[in-house]
Amino acid sequence: MNAMGQRSRDGTPALQIEDLRKSFGKAEIIRGVNLSIGAGERHAVIGPNGAGKSTLFNLITGRFPPTSGKVRLHGADLAGLAPFQINRMGLSRSFQITNIFPNMTVFENVRCSLLWATGYRYSFWNMVNRSRALTEGAEAILEQINLTSRRNLPAGVLSYAEQRALEIGITIAGGANVIMLDEPTAGMSHSETDYIMDLIRKVTENKTLVMVEHDMGVVFGLADKISVLVYGEIIATGSPEAVRANPKVQEAYLGAVLEAEH
Amino acid sequence: MTSQTQNLSRSRGRAPLVTLSGALPWLICTLFLLLMPLIFTSNSALTIMNQMAITIVFALAYNMLLGQGGMLSFGHAVYMGMGGFMCVHLMNYVEDMSLPIPLPVLPIFGGLFGMGVALIVGSFSTRKAGTVFAMISLGVGELIAACSVIVVAFFGGEEGVSGDRTYGLPVFGIEFLHQIEVYYLTAFWLVLSALLMFLFSRTPIGRMANAVRDNPERAEFLGYSARWVRFYSFVASGFFAGIAGGLFAVNYEILTEENLNLATSGSILLVTFLGGVGFFFGPIIGAILFTLLQTVLSLQTEIWQLYLGVLFVATVMFFPGGLAGVIMMHALPMRLGKAGLLIKPYFKTLVPAVISMAGVAAVLEILYHIRHAALGENEMTLFWVSFDSHSPLPLILAVVAMVAGFWLARRGAPEMAEAWHKANTPDGGAV
Amino acid sequence: MDLILVNLIDGLVTGLLLFMLSAGLTLIFSMMGVLNFAHASFYMLGAYFAYQISMFLGFWMGLLIAPIVVGVLGALVERYGLRRVHQYGHVPELIFTFGLALLIEEIVQFIWGKDQMPYSIPEVLNFTALSIAGNAIPAYKVFMIFTSVAIFIALLYVLTRTRVGMIIQAALSYPRTVEALGHNVPLVFMGVFGVGTALAGVAGVIAGPVLSTFPGMALVLGSIVFVTIVIGGLGSLWGALVASLLIGWITTFAKAYNIRMEDILTGIGFEKPVDLSEHMLRDLWTITSPQIADILPYLLMVLILVFRPYGLFGKRDA
Repeated sequence: MNAMGQRSRDGTPALQIEDLRKSFGKAEIIRGVNLSIGAGERHAVIGPNGAGKSTLFNLITGRFPPTSGKVRLHGADLAGLAPFQINRMGLSRSFQITNIFPNMTVFENVRCSLLWATGYRYSFWNMVNRSRALTEGAEAILEQINLTSRRNLPAGVLSYAEQRALEIGITIAGGANVIMLDEPTAGMSHSETDYIMDLIRKVTENKTLVMVEHDMGVVFGLADKISVLVYGEIIATGSPEAVRANPKVQEAYLGAVLEAEH
Repeated sequence: MTSQTQNLSRSRGRAPLVTLSGALPWLICTLFLLLMPLIFTSNSALTIMNQMAITIVFALAYNMLLGQGGMLSFGHAVYMGMGGFMCVHLMNYVEDMSLPIPLPVLPIFGGLFGMGVALIVGSFSTRKAGTVFAMISLGVGELIAACSVIVVAFFGGEEGVSGDRTYGLPVFGIEFLHQIEVYYLTAFWLVLSALLMFLFSRTPIGRMANAVRDNPERAEFLGYSARWVRFYSFVASGFFAGIAGGLFAVNYEILTEENLNLATSGSILLVTFLGGVGFFFGPIIGAILFTLLQTVLSLQTEIWQLYLGVLFVATVMFFPGGLAGVIMMHALPMRLGKAGLLIKPYFKTLVPAVISMAGVAAVLEILYHIRHAALGENEMTLFWVSFDSHSPLPLILAVVAMVAGFWLARRGAPEMAEAWHKANTPDGGAV
Repeated sequence: MDLILVNLIDGLVTGLLLFMLSAGLTLIFSMMGVLNFAHASFYMLGAYFAYQISMFLGFWMGLLIAPIVVGVLGALVERYGLRRVHQYGHVPELIFTFGLALLIEEIVQFIWGKDQMPYSIPEVLNFTALSIAGNAIPAYKVFMIFTSVAIFIALLYVLTRTRVGMIIQAALSYPRTVEALGHNVPLVFMGVFGVGTALAGVAGVIAGPVLSTFPGMALVLGSIVFVTIVIGGLGSLWGALVASLLIGWITTFAKAYNIRMEDILTGIGFEKPVDLSEHMLRDLWTITSPQIADILPYLLMVLILVFRPYGLFGKRDA
């Protein structure tokens, strides 16, 4: 479905961030972030509240322009590109606060997310309900996120966990190979969290995953690399074990949490 | 759908273009349009029906913006008007040059011209939705309406421009001299444009217009530029508004500043919203209702616009889905087979409510007559009764009807609410 | 030179009048995010109420009472109308105020009829205040200037120097926080709406006698007021002031000086066609500035929107 899938084989990182900075007024929120995320990696960005994790996401996906620095997707510079242009290059994201189309049906939500990637663009000569590929594609995704039974309900009436699942469905539907999830399990119960975690694992297979997450269970369960963001700087990057053992991380952030876990 | 048809269509990768259930409403409507002139034969009825048809096309075009795209325009008359002006000029030009452009295809040029204007305006007005878009549409609308008095060459100044639709050679022996011929021409364009607009709402761009309306930011993260989605919807809407303008030109053979100004833009908003922006057929019933009010009610009372204003404000406040919304609210009780539960409470509440409203109307009419009728003219006719507006009895009667009706309606309201709740709850709790 | 001064004064009067309307409108917008389409209708109500009151109690009581009545009406509209529609979103809110504008016009016609009201300036102010090179400046114009300037200063004082003003300013940006601090934000909204409409009412009271009191007066000024705050930048009080004065002066000067397009075109080297009657651009050649004075604000707005979409003083993402 997407030509970007092959490009990552030559060793270019899927996502490369070079000395990224962002100031709001006088406050510098992101203070020189460098990060390289390889293709196929599952990368979690963790850090205390107010560390700038969501801002980092917004900078990468073109929601805010950075003050300085570069973001490269498969080697291509994203400077000055609008969110829709970045999305077309194969990067898709979800939001911390559920961001779906509440008045449209669940099926419509997913189908709309498929449209661009299926090549329909701004077409006004095709009927969407005539295309088997679209209908089946959307149904397959509904199946994956277990919302087939909710197919014809307005998305706004779904439960919170279902809406989060739908949001993930919308995010992956376009076939992007870099998926960014912003706190996918925020505000969920234990069983819901497990369910979403399985779902994420399932739908991001063979894709690059970048996520911000607070729940350490999810982070250590899903990620094979972790970066720790504290006050707008990355203080450590590495495998879960390495990060866990890193004294700087222990000191800055993880200590209390890890003690509670073990 | 049966499995057989499913297999058949899958082999082509496409669902069938025409299904019986999909085509049936269109066929019924077309048949209805064909038969209408046989029932209402008078020329004035034909005039009203023509006007309805034009308003329907315009309202549907308007709803492509408001209902589907979430863009509120206060200047959409411009695109209809420009299309209309273009068509009148074309009529005159074709007549002078004896060009082989028959009248029936004329509206398409109105559409193209409306689209052209929408292309220019849309290029900067669709950057933002919401309030900013509304304000730009208002400003541009006022600008062009004001220009019409200055640019006399195109708009004809105060008296407008007029043409003659019988300019060309007869098409299949039809000269378009008679109202009935114009009716069928208008009806043809009505069905064609309505169908095209309906299909437009089913295209990727039509679907994405809904998505952008609901959540423009999310749509951007799905690969679509919210701005371009709005722009394409705007241009398409301008096209169909232009067709409505072309039909107007064919019908009335004259266009003036009035076709461009805020009053016309505002009334199409009123029509569309009254009918209901949430459903495709909403603007259609809105246009029918409005034209009837405009032509029938205005003969009965001088203050019909006051009633219209009250109706409109009440709709915005209490029934934001419009008439179509109210109708579709009953879809669930119908599906559950419980609509019957509603009949009695409706009757008990709505009949007194209607009496109360008639009382209010009577009070207003009497007061208006007392205040504004010529001196010494005390006789007035209301609800087919003639009486002296200055005597207290009719006023007292009207007030009694108003208060009593209101009291009865209020007493019935809890029962209606309860019945409504019951009718919407499926037996056993699950849908 | 003297003529310029006269026009400056005339433009100032128009501009300040516009500002009294646009100030309330822009304040309401920045607070509630809703453009009150019926704003000019409250201005019209101000004129009609003042006329009605002046019949019994004289002009000055009208000036005092009418704006209060208008403000109370405005607050009621906010409380029982707008707040209800608010839940449906901004577009229905805008449609509601649009419907309200239609309704108010119909109600005015119902009560007072379609004709112009004989509402005139009070005897006390019916004299020539000063005269510049033979051009009389009526005292009423001076009165209008002083009234609007006084109101503007009072408004500025309230907004920047008083506790209520602080709460309003805070509620503009952080309604939830202000609510959490124990302030009744809905009440503040209602108050701002009431004050904004009362300001429009004042404008109506003092403009009614000079611009004539008739059912179309809201429509005449309504769109110009919107244009003003769009040019100034939605939500910016200073922008509203600058844009109001700008529009006041532009239209006044365009009307006072007969600048002909013909002169401009020949001035830059175009040759006037001998026979204009059938020429395609004949309207362009015959345009004069008084003729287009009234559309200049719209033209200005379109230009502003194309080159600076957020207005003169607006924030980029307003």
